Amino acid sequence: MTDTPVLSVRDLVVDFPLRRGNFRALDGVSFDIAAGEVLGVVGESGAGKSMTGAAVIGLLDPPGRFTAGEVHLSGTRIDTLTPAQMQALRGKRIGMVMQDPLTSLNPLFTIGDQLVETIRQHMELTEDQALERAISLLEEAGIPDARGRIHAYPHQFSGGMRQRVVIALAIAADPELVIADEPTSALDVSVQAQVIKVLKDLCQRRGTAVMLITHDMGVIAQIADRIMVMNAGRVVETGPVAQVIRHPREDYTIKLISSIPTIARTGEAPPPQPQGSTPAFVQVQGLVKDFDAGGGWLARVLGRGVPPFRAVNDVSFRIGRGETYGLVGESGSGKSTCARMIAGLIEPTAGRVVVNGMDVWQVSAAERARRRAVQMIFQDPYASLNPRWRVGNIIAEPIRVLGLAKGSEIEDRVADLLRKVRLDPIVMRKFPHEFSGGQRQRIAIARALSSQPEFIVCDEPTSALDVSVQAQVLDLMSELQDEFGLTYLLISHNLAVIRQMANDVGVLHRGVLVESGPVDAIFDHPQADYTRMLLDAVPDLADIE
Amino acid sequence: MLIFILRRLFQSVIVMLVVALIAFLIFRYVGDPIVSMAGVDTRLEDQELMRQRLGLNDPFYVQFWNFLTNALQGNFGISYRLQQPAMRLILDRLPATIELAVVSATLALVLGVLMGIFTALRARSFLSGVIMTLSLVGVSLPTFLIGIGLIYIFAVELQWLPSNGRGVTVQLGWWRTGFLTESGLRSLILPAITLSLFQMTLIMRLVRAEMMEVLRSDYIRFARARGLPDRVINFRHALKNTLVPVITITGLQLGSVIAFAIVTETVFQWPGVGSLFITSVQAVDVPVMATYLMMVGLVFVTINLVVDILYYLVDPRLRVQGKGR
Repeated sequence: MTDTPVLSVRDLVVDFPLRRGNFRALDGVSFDIAAGEVLGVVGESGAGKSMTGAAVIGLLDPPGRFTAGEVHLSGTRIDTLTPAQMQALRGKRIGMVMQDPLTSLNPLFTIGDQLVETIRQHMELTEDQALERAISLLEEAGIPDARGRIHAYPHQFSGGMRQRVVIALAIAADPELVIADEPTSALDVSVQAQVIKVLKDLCQRRGTAVMLITHDMGVIAQIADRIMVMNAGRVVETGPVAQVIRHPREDYTIKLISSIPTIARTGEAPPPQPQGSTPAFVQVQGLVKDFDAGGGWLARVLGRGVPPFRAVNDVSFRIGRGETYGLVGESGSGKSTCARMIAGLIEPTAGRVVVNGMDVWQVSAAERARRRAVQMIFQDPYASLNPRWRVGNIIAEPIRVLGLAKGSEIEDRVADLLRKVRLDPIVMRKFPHEFSGGQRQRIAIARALSSQPEFIVCDEPTSALDVSVQAQVLDLMSELQDEFGLTYLLISHNLAVIRQMANDVGVLHRGVLVESGPVDAIFDHPQADYTRMLLDAVPDLADIE
Repeated sequence: MLIFILRRLFQSVIVMLVVALIAFLIFRYVGDPIVSMAGVDTRLEDQELMRQRLGLNDPFYVQFWNFLTNALQGNFGISYRLQQPAMRLILDRLPATIELAVVSATLALVLGVLMGIFTALRARSFLSGVIMTLSLVGVSLPTFLIGIGLIYIFAVELQWLPSNGRGVTVQLGWWRTGFLTESGLRSLILPAITLSLFQMTLIMRLVRAEMMEVLRSDYIRFARARGLPDRVINFRHALKNTLVPVITITGLQLGSVIAFAIVTETVFQWPGVGSLFITSVQAVDVPVMATYLMMVGLVFVTINLVVDILYYLVDPRLRVQGKGR
């Protein structure tokens, strides 16, 4: 019996019949997962990872079609079952954890409702028994005070806690297989590590097989036993984790692994610069931002007001000309708020931002000069480009608004900018949706460069991108920095990216800058506990033996 | 919760003050009240005396204050046309309008939500196509045409239902109801359908669009992955989420059903406030118009308040702010 794998997939083919012809999303995918084993499925977006999971659990989005192949669950064939039989199997024998814990729970029902409902669907239990089981599941998943919080609504939990609830839901009926589709990509590193541990512990204790889908090799390295690399709907390579990461056989795997930034210093360290040697180009002094936490005047009159929330608390640092300052921290630490104040988008409650000798918020005459000299690149290239505008127009807008060029000169400049970000100038006639994520981020960079700025604030510029694309975009940013002497403020939750890109780094924790200094010094000898905790939580390929 | 309601109440009061101001301005400055009240042969001295007695020579704010205090006591002046207090005229007619509005709103809500759910779940079925096509007719045909069409078919040709009036009514205290007699109920059918048709199609299309959106969301996918049966997913998880935005729009629509039953009431000679309003406009009966305006304002403000509180009850995210985070 132990020889039968829990999940066995053979020559799976999934087609999407589209108007323009058939799109083969999965082409001959085969793999096995044994009981208690964790199979990590990696690949870039569009590789067919999630599609494989959806096909196994029978939740392909229309018009997707299961064209050929076989899926066996503990020896029984399940791809031929009727929809009703398949539905009885979901949750009971195959559990699923989805990517975004913020949206995968129904916001209008308490977590207890959702757990009890799932448990009673699959097990013959009374309401009270189901509730008891729900509480013990939550406790196992590491929710403190599970009994007291079972009647809370999803929005009352943080992202990491919600993902624990989702995991508890997935294993509620002791399934044989859990499909975890990017279970930690939406979470902070420190939370990510805890959630991975919860998932691994729970599944190991129950002998549950896990199919872990992720684009993050670090996560796989931490938890998986075997690894399956996918690309363009096919399996590229399968093998034990250490073997695939240390000695990848296929070109694609080699390329994928080499493009992952590592937190350890690779290559040459930048020449050490004595503190204060370069003149400070950007100076941030005692920056504070309070947000009104709501309530309004009536609440205040009635004495029920909420004190303002201090998002950024007394942050000071300096960036030398042509250098990169990295700002790291978890979500809610005030990184983006800092970025916006420095870029001049929101007004600080207190403090000064001096760029090239001009106080961004004091000198009103400086506003125009600032708009030219300071630009910003945003996180999500899908949302930061106007979908109704042509690319040429998007890039030309700052030039036009600031009056930097006229007539046909504008077009020449746009073409020039596109060439600088390694895009063909012909694309200026196209719309943003015709581009991939990486290309869009290049367009965003071109737009930022169009006003010939000296300082660019980059707010998570690569976190929405695949690793190989991330590497390209980061390379491009470095090249442009060398070429134009740009100064960057690079904000990221990805410590590896910061290590590769930045000269100096600051660590933000709840709005306070807990540590700031040269990147190598801080990463190799962190002083603050928080920094140490962040660094420890990062899964790293270098740790694999 | 208390603060929430208090804040909403405060906003409602401000809205009502603005409405009162507009009503007052109409009352005072649309034509000269004295000219409307006095006959052609009233002497100028008498007119001046009336002006004094009615306080029309007082400063603006004093007059507005008097208007407000009178309005709070339900005193909106005397109808020029009927020589009765405007408030009593409106109150006499109000039950007819409210009964019509409630019946048609219920009709619109029940049928609209049911058809909305059906067309969302069976988006590709033939019946959905038929309903969607017919709903276009409901949205695009003007109310009076629907009313006249229904009268022609069911009252004139088939002679099944009466074409106008409320039929036999029963007096319950100050409330005159048509619910208790057969002829009253029969008279209600055609106008109620006419009035509800537009709202019904609107609600249906809204529910359909919302529901299809919700069915695509992650938590519905996750509910499927948990193995919940379709019935539970559709009617427990999806429907409740669908209703959150629907409540807002529906509430406002209910307001307009009560306030703007004018066309339907005119077509069916329904003795409600809408037809009273039309005759008052024709006779430049300013006090009645001002009262009507205040009433419509009050209806909208009240419904908005109720909708906000409902919203609060349905969506837990509004209830507990900032806790547990």
